[in-house]
Amino acid sequence: MEKITVFNNRLLPYLLLLPQLVITVIFFYWPASQAVWQSFLREDAFGLVSEFVGLENYQTLFAQPEYYRSMLTTVIFSTLVAALSLSIALLFATQADKNLKAAGGYKTLMIWPYAVAPAVAGVLWFFMFQPSLGMLSRPLRGMGVDWNPLLNANHAMILVVLASVWKQISYNFLFFLAGLQSIPRSVIEASAIDGARPMRRFWTIVFPLLSPTTFFLLVVNVVYVFFDTFGIIDAVTAGGPAGATTTMVYKVYADGRLGGDLGGSAAQSVILMIIVIALTAIQFRYVERKVQY
Amino acid sequence: MVEHRPLSDFIAYAILTLGVLIVAFPVWLAFVASTHDAATVVGGRMPAMPGTDALENYYRAVFVGGSRTSREPVANMLINSFVSAIGIAVGKIIISILSAYAVVYFRFPFRKTAFWIIFITLMLPVEVRIYPTYKVVADLRMLDTYAGLILPLIASATGTLLFRQFFMTVPDELLEASRIDGAGPFRFFWDTLLPLSVTTIAALFVIQFIYGWNQYLWPLLITTKDSMQTIVIGIKKMLVTTDELAEWQLAMATTVLAMLPPVAVVIFMQRLFVRGLVQTEK
Repeated sequence: MEKITVFNNRLLPYLLLLPQLVITVIFFYWPASQAVWQSFLREDAFGLVSEFVGLENYQTLFAQPEYYRSMLTTVIFSTLVAALSLSIALLFATQADKNLKAAGGYKTLMIWPYAVAPAVAGVLWFFMFQPSLGMLSRPLRGMGVDWNPLLNANHAMILVVLASVWKQISYNFLFFLAGLQSIPRSVIEASAIDGARPMRRFWTIVFPLLSPTTFFLLVVNVVYVFFDTFGIIDAVTAGGPAGATTTMVYKVYADGRLGGDLGGSAAQSVILMIIVIALTAIQFRYVERKVQY
Repeated sequence: MVEHRPLSDFIAYAILTLGVLIVAFPVWLAFVASTHDAATVVGGRMPAMPGTDALENYYRAVFVGGSRTSREPVANMLINSFVSAIGIAVGKIIISILSAYAVVYFRFPFRKTAFWIIFITLMLPVEVRIYPTYKVVADLRMLDTYAGLILPLIASATGTLLFRQFFMTVPDELLEASRIDGAGPFRFFWDTLLPLSVTTIAALFVIQFIYGWNQYLWPLLITTKDSMQTIVIGIKKMLVTTDELAEWQLAMATTVLAMLPPVAVVIFMQRLFVRGLVQTEK
């Protein structure tokens, strides 16, 4: 779609584009190309001499068991967070979609955690489950669970997943509710006249019609788990214990900062960029389909 | 729903109420912890109701700062957070409304190229290029400055796409009418397009304010001085001592303060928030 009537100035459009292009080139393209370039270099310990080593950083990376472990952690983490936050949000959204008098109030009370910073969400959940002073650690111990997210890898993972799900429910709820409200009532009424009970109507009519929303949210949630949970992980576990909650993004940060391995960190950045580009491509293919629908 | 059954409504209310309570529970605990003295919080037997030390805790957090940790008063962090969040939101709006105006209302060589250069940045979140970006900012001597906190985060395609989408829905007749009246590009932008864009601008502002306020990784990397910390970073630094020595009641008071502005924005500007969220994701 294009405008038919336009202005004919020669210079003005470039001036209008200039601020954004300058900032984009300085802070996006230059660093991104540096990341690609650095991934082929090896720097000495002082960062003074760097040498072109080809694919060596990538080879080293793929020879590291820790890298595969961070991949596996990312897969487990994103599956758990996406599955839990989507299903819980869908449950709440279907209830809020019923003609309740207080539906608007519930919506407000459900969406505000979107505004809580991931790192703050992490601090909130860590405070509840901190082994010695957490309000919920004591009852857990009372039930015979030796709860300690600082030492136990599974406990740490559970805590990070809970905090991430808590933060993400609001977003999914909002989009599911919008999706549910856009389903025409007539379709549901028709199936009710045919004698379908609410559960059957949900699985045969509502859920399939909701699938574009669900698919869109699935992609967004995976991106969320990849990038936005950095703050949660850093606040709750800092990637520990012993790397049990180190996701791929966290490893880029940890290797570059703590390990000083900039080449390896850059190689990981490049791999992540490829993953993001793939995810974005999937998302845009879906957007095109939504337009037809 | 089609049939109206009291039982179904009752179940809905029960599930939603439970959901709202679960969602609010962690925040309630943080608020309660911020109203008790240190010993009560650290003892692990904190009551479920607020205590009497709220004033003292908040006063100390805001104006004095923790005694064991960074000693930076929260008032200062709040200013840093406000400056960077508003800077990110306003900066993004200005550069993206200008670039969208250029792309939609002008024809010039490399128009498509310029659009794609901006568009591709959707695929490069700050997290995947942190160290090279850090180096650029360090070379430009922008560490520990507001410019360093703001500029790398304002160039993104979302704003441009949003305004482009909105400009496309503005009827062509408006531009034709303004041109007949003798208006040039500046006049049309200022007198016609900008007033029409107010809701879109406000919606984008709400989303970007929250985004800027909640930044974590980037400020963590580029602020080395305590005086430049944002509040989200400040909380983390208060807890770095991780053991019982951390002043949890002050950290929780800070947490409550860190949540207030963005949560208030979502609750009081819910319409704009929902609109911004749905539109920027398209």
